[in-house]
Amino acid sequence: MSININGSKMSLPDDARVSLLDLLREHLHLSGAKKGCDQGACGACTVLVDGSERILSCLALAVQYEGRSITSIEGLAVNGALHPLQRAFIEHDGFQCGYCTPGQICSAIGMAEELRRCVPSQVTEDLSTVTIALTHDELRERMSGNLCRCGAYNGIVAAISEHHATEAT
Amino acid sequence: MTPFTYARASDAVDAVRLGGQPLAKYLGGGTNLVDLLRETVERPAALVDVTGLSSAIEERPDGGLLIGAAAKNTAVAEHRTVRTRYPVLSRAIVAGASAQIRNMATVGGNILQRTRCTYFYDNDGSRCNKRLPGQGCDALDGFNRIHAILGASPACVATHPSDMCVALAALGAVVHLRSARGERMLPLTDLHRLPEDHPEIETVLESGELITAIELPALPFAVRSTYRKVRDRASYAFALISVAAALELEGGTVKNVRLALGGVAHKPWRAWEAEAFLNGRPATVENFRAAAEAELSHAKPLRDNGFKVELAVRTIAAVLGELMGENA
Repeated sequence: MSININGSKMSLPDDARVSLLDLLREHLHLSGAKKGCDQGACGACTVLVDGSERILSCLALAVQYEGRSITSIEGLAVNGALHPLQRAFIEHDGFQCGYCTPGQICSAIGMAEELRRCVPSQVTEDLSTVTIALTHDELRERMSGNLCRCGAYNGIVAAISEHHATEAT
Repeated sequence: MTPFTYARASDAVDAVRLGGQPLAKYLGGGTNLVDLLRETVERPAALVDVTGLSSAIEERPDGGLLIGAAAKNTAVAEHRTVRTRYPVLSRAIVAGASAQIRNMATVGGNILQRTRCTYFYDNDGSRCNKRLPGQGCDALDGFNRIHAILGASPACVATHPSDMCVALAALGAVVHLRSARGERMLPLTDLHRLPEDHPEIETVLESGELITAIELPALPFAVRSTYRKVRDRASYAFALISVAAALELEGGTVKNVRLALGGVAHKPWRAWEAEAFLNGRPATVENFRAAAEAELSHAKPLRDNGFKVELAVRTIAAVLGELMGENA
């Protein structure tokens, strides 16, 4: 029984009760994904499955992800070079204490893939549309599963907007 | 969490076989069950992972749509046929939870999620007839702003939290079930129970019975359908009131109407009485309001949730008004 974490094959715990978040933090000592609420309310534990699907690792049992690839914040940099979205967060002060940041960044990467597929959100007016622009309202709605208790939302929105605009060009 | 075994079902027959173990529970995306395991509100001896079962979304020859119970909430919401023919369902799903949770949650699990009554979760400090039948209900005289106004009982005033199910109730969805005894089908509106004296029994499912699919009937007028959710913040919160509706007019008259409410009862609440009132009547703001009032005339508000009655009436009238605009 194995699971791929940030490109490395790891064995799964024998105890089925271990959450994916605890596997990362307690077993593999990857402390990037954070335990905020541990009940699916804050988004600090957000990681990516198979490259681009954002999920909450606190509500996932690790055994359920046998054979899948998980990317946490530690897996985003390439050869020591930060992911462009990580750089954008630094540039725009998209954090204060930084606790929600790994989840925010993983979540925004998953959001970009959902937009590419044209997954509608609550604020998408026309469900028949085949392209969805990342307006201010779309961005805020799509990122509403990630809370920032410091209130660094302006910087977070600016960082994601800029990165998204850069990717699109 | 208390200890449990874990097994992944290869197909529905295998799932039902594994589900026959003592104290077994089916596991979908885990977005509700893992939380309940952690709080030890749920203490199964065996988990049967059914996320590998059918997640296909297929058109039926009669024009309906069959959705495998393992389909993720996101997959249903983004499906082109759902978006065009059953917009109320896409709208309801994206009004619920967060994108991360919708990526994990399955259709079957969404239907069988348990109430978000805070007293139900408070294992150490509160009495709850769902957790321990006969113990009493601390919500009844407690902080009950979010609780039920329709169909509740002195034993339980909890609400069913799903948005998706409100749309399914309005659409007349049919649930496909499998157990050791075979297969059967049931209207979604008959699946969940009202609490009465046994709030711990939330559905009519037999022990070990599995939801394998949801069938949406062909319903051409559902192209004009929508969902509105009223809650304490703009996103990522459970409904205080929600309304799923579809409306078809002929001349200025209501030819067909579907209406269901969320956040008001122990089950997704199909507003049969309001529908019956409106059918054949002129589509006017006054009639929309009168229909809503007829439905809510049975409301029994608690200490803190009296506001929900008028809120439900106004939301129904507003949603029908919006759909009338689309018909024009």
